[in-house]
Amino acid sequence: MGKDKGMMPWQEVPFGLYILEPGNSAEFKTGNWRSMRPVLDKDKCIKCGTCYIMCPDMCYDQRDEEGYYLVNLYYCKGCGICMATCPKGAITMVMEEV
Amino acid sequence: MGKRIAKEVSIAIADAVKLAKAEVIAAYPITPQTHIVEHLSELVANGELDAEYITVESEHSAMSAAIGAVATGARTFTSTAAQGLALMHEMLFIASAMRLPVVMVVANRALSAPISIWNDHSDIMANRDIGWIQVWAENGQEAVDLTIQAFRIAEDKNVMFPIIVNIDGFVLSHVIEPIILPDQEEVDAFLPAFKPKYKLDPRKPITMGPVGVPEIYFEAKKAQDEAFRNTPKVIKRVWKDWAKRFGREYNAVETYRMEDAEVALLIMGSLAETAMTAVDKMRDEGKKVGLVRIRLWRPFPVQEFRRAVSKVPVLAVIDRAMPPGAVNGPVATEVKAALYNAGRKPRVVNFIAGLGGRDVTVEDFEEMAERAAFYRKKRPKELYETIGVRES
Repeated sequence: MGKDKGMMPWQEVPFGLYILEPGNSAEFKTGNWRSMRPVLDKDKCIKCGTCYIMCPDMCYDQRDEEGYYLVNLYYCKGCGICMATCPKGAITMVMEEV
Repeated sequence: MGKRIAKEVSIAIADAVKLAKAEVIAAYPITPQTHIVEHLSELVANGELDAEYITVESEHSAMSAAIGAVATGARTFTSTAAQGLALMHEMLFIASAMRLPVVMVVANRALSAPISIWNDHSDIMANRDIGWIQVWAENGQEAVDLTIQAFRIAEDKNVMFPIIVNIDGFVLSHVIEPIILPDQEEVDAFLPAFKPKYKLDPRKPITMGPVGVPEIYFEAKKAQDEAFRNTPKVIKRVWKDWAKRFGREYNAVETYRMEDAEVALLIMGSLAETAMTAVDKMRDEGKKVGLVRIRLWRPFPVQEFRRAVSKVPVLAVIDRAMPPGAVNGPVATEVKAALYNAGRKPRVVNFIAGLGGRDVTVEDFEEMAERAAFYRKKRPKELYETIGVRES
């Protein structure tokens, strides 16, 4: 269940904490662990897709109409692997604001 | 009604599991539990019990396999003792938190070191907080009855928790006693098939045992404890039904000759029968002694227990496990906690007796009752007193 959806009182905890709908890990919001967020400089980006390949959480699975890879901040934990592996240095990590 | 026949208690327990039509048995042999699982493997090998017998490489695996088996909706049994129970330890919490009703007989035995295969309660007392229902048998008939009842209790939709039936190693497991085994039809009428609401099934996949992040773990444990504390309602209903069908009564707290008692002994397990003999003897001599046994150790029956001892001035609690550095033995600690905020309560004196197979005799119980009577007017100086230890 999504962390943003699973904050139920103990009386509503599912039996044995079972998960009855298969594949619902996609609902699990991991983005709120993040302290740094990746920001793309489109002038440097060559749309090679290294970020898409390297992201351990598959956050770059969407592209905009121009073909740039978009980071999904619902899941992005801010690990910085995209920044470290970008061949053009097009991604920088910036501090999340509280 | 089955005939009363002489049978080794371990064999009778295995026969009880057969009568309950267990579908999976996952077990690793360990003294003094061996005869139970040996006989079950025989029954399966001979085609007398239609079950999967999983031979495993350790008790950790036995419990893991049992958890997996019961999660698929199969009626599951295992049995162990001492080091084997210790090796299962981490898996025991998982069975209960995941609401998987494994039935296990523990042939209580001392934990090493020193190496001991003999009876005491140190194995189960190290497993008080595993979240399993825990009951105690005092003789072979009770061991059989409680084993059959265990399936119905554990698998009830309002329970769905694993259960341990404690039997004293050797003292019960290896003795031949006159035992009535119910007929198959009687057991079938008493024990419905196991039909859990949720099970592991590839046609309808669910997840059991997901991670509990800090935002949900606490709520999950609170929900588990509330459900666990509600199980005595079902346990009592099952015992009532058993009494109606088979004429043998079971209670969460059992009492013996407690009317007007001035001293009460409290013990669990087979030694309770020795204690009864001692109580009879002392009553014949005009001494007002009674006996209390906690049949249902988990969940602890606080109200019944308070009621049972509310009128007696002194309670001698006999522990069969050494509590290194603790205030009292595990049973006395529990009992004192149950009484501390009670209105009328006895003074509690703690004895440690019968460790590692040391006999506790009728005379020992008389001595404990006498020492306890002495403390009616005087506070005990020691946290606990030992019975039967040689001193220089």
